Amino acid sequence: MHGFLQYIQSYLDSDKTPGGAGNIFWATVYILLVFAGLSVAVIAMNWLERKILAHMQVRLGPMRVGPHGLLQPIADAIKLLLKEDIIPAEADALVFWIAPFIVVLAAFTVFVVVPFGPTHAITDMNIGILFMLGVSSLSVLGIVTAGWASNSHYPLIGALRSSAQMVSYEVAMGLAVVSVILMTSLGPEGGTLSMIGIVQAQLAQGEWFIFKFFPLGLVGFFIFAIAMVAETNRAPFDLPEAESELTAGFHTEYSGFRWSLFFLAEYSAMIAVSSIAVTLWLGGWLRPFPNALAGPTWDLVFSLFPGITFLLLAVMCFYNTARMPKHPLFRVQTIGLAGFGVVLGLIGLILFIPAVRVRVTDIYWFAAKVGAFMYLYIWYRGTFPRYRFDQLMKVGWKVLLPTGLVLLILTALVGMRTELWAELQGVWRP
Amino acid sequence: MNPPVATPFFFYLLAATMIAGGVLVITRKNAVHSAMALITALLAQAGLYLMLYAPFVAGVQIILYAGGIMVLFLFVIMLISIERAEKERQFNKQWLVGIVAAGALGGLFIAVYTTTTKGKILFPEGRMTYGETQNTQAIGSLLFDRGAGQYMFAFEIASLLLLVAIIGAVVMAKKRI
Repeated sequence: MHGFLQYIQSYLDSDKTPGGAGNIFWATVYILLVFAGLSVAVIAMNWLERKILAHMQVRLGPMRVGPHGLLQPIADAIKLLLKEDIIPAEADALVFWIAPFIVVLAAFTVFVVVPFGPTHAITDMNIGILFMLGVSSLSVLGIVTAGWASNSHYPLIGALRSSAQMVSYEVAMGLAVVSVILMTSLGPEGGTLSMIGIVQAQLAQGEWFIFKFFPLGLVGFFIFAIAMVAETNRAPFDLPEAESELTAGFHTEYSGFRWSLFFLAEYSAMIAVSSIAVTLWLGGWLRPFPNALAGPTWDLVFSLFPGITFLLLAVMCFYNTARMPKHPLFRVQTIGLAGFGVVLGLIGLILFIPAVRVRVTDIYWFAAKVGAFMYLYIWYRGTFPRYRFDQLMKVGWKVLLPTGLVLLILTALVGMRTELWAELQGVWRP
Repeated sequence: MNPPVATPFFFYLLAATMIAGGVLVITRKNAVHSAMALITALLAQAGLYLMLYAPFVAGVQIILYAGGIMVLFLFVIMLISIERAEKERQFNKQWLVGIVAAGALGGLFIAVYTTTTKGKILFPEGRMTYGETQNTQAIGSLLFDRGAGQYMFAFEIASLLLLVAIIGAVVMAKKRI
């Protein structure tokens, strides 16, 4: 027993990730935490997307289940689990059964290397970014096999579209990522593919890579930001599941629990690619201005943000509690909303405790940046009309790919400018 | 310290998965099932690369083969009518020659592993290991470094070959360019 406690304690004193320290106990804890956090994030995204889209279209969105529809995702989840699970008679049952699992496995496995903080990752791999791109590219297989196994026309067309689309945009995505990896090699520690290493290179070089070699970093970020929307099959690139043309695309024949697996995978893949973008261009877990506003005072100021955010959410809850209808039928909902506000406020207060504060700041800034991307996804969906398939291919192959290639060459040239200049002088004046 | 991950257990597990996948590829009549078995085999192979302390190769294996090439395979296979393909007669009936060739190749592998010349076995006793953090860099400098880079020419020739294949495919597929 004592040895076990010591085993648990020994990790807390080290400054490594659980995988790096080889601590199985803490690795398990982290995996469970990440899984739980992701599930909560997907539930929250479900509610937020419907609410924000509704407000963008001057609607109310879900209002009936719980105050302001807060319990709607839970109601939906229960509905999905209780629904009849249908496998079409003509479907290839085995492949039909496996496909959702491939998608979910691919979407969740990538989080093994996502760095929520310098030590807050399940593990740090030498090939981190390669691992993320590779494993997330496996989810195409799930989508393609799902569409094929349904043995029906709409899913098959959806699957064909998605495989063509995802393979095309992976190329542009890869080029943008390579330009960032070139940038990491300019620092004092040399190039790296590790997710934690990339963020530390940004800290060492004193700027986020989105601002590096302006506008090269920005262009790379834009290429990735467009390609990642196409990779996750979201509007305006949601052709694989275009509901006006293909009913629901590759998952038309899926129902109940299997359909909810696709849903879960789509949202966790969105979070995964957003966290790649945040790690590579937006400084990962680094708070704003880690070098310009350094020092213990600023550290303290920025570490108060998580608590303040939760307190603000609590205040919003209380404000809406006061605005609830005074009819007796709404009494339970009013009390529930007030209770939710109290819970949020308590979480906020806990986040002010120094010991918690220090450990949570990194995760907060990472989550805040990823949250901004999630909002962008919803915003795109509310704003842009869907692309036609030939337009989609044109954007991928004729715009993003050449831009990516030029960007890669320019990044290499600018990065090696002093060495190149010295070389040229050596040639001209022997 | 930490126990090493590259234990015999994992080797046998991955090797068994690979062989099972390979056998399924050639025995399944349904082409999509074959392709999925091939993906399994390729992923197990990536695992074997990891056991050889070559994480970069493993990552590239997953991206290129499992994520890229196999998706294109499936893309093409899905357009074929599976029902018709299943009923079609398999045109390759050369079991005997196949078994002899496979046996010869296996024998050759065993011969390489066991032959000794001047008291030394032909098979390398150890393998070159780099620290986990330097693996990618080591590949990079083997390919491109001025001093140590010995494979640059071969690498560029290989990429030229692929380029020629791409252009050839476009020329053959397009009637009017």
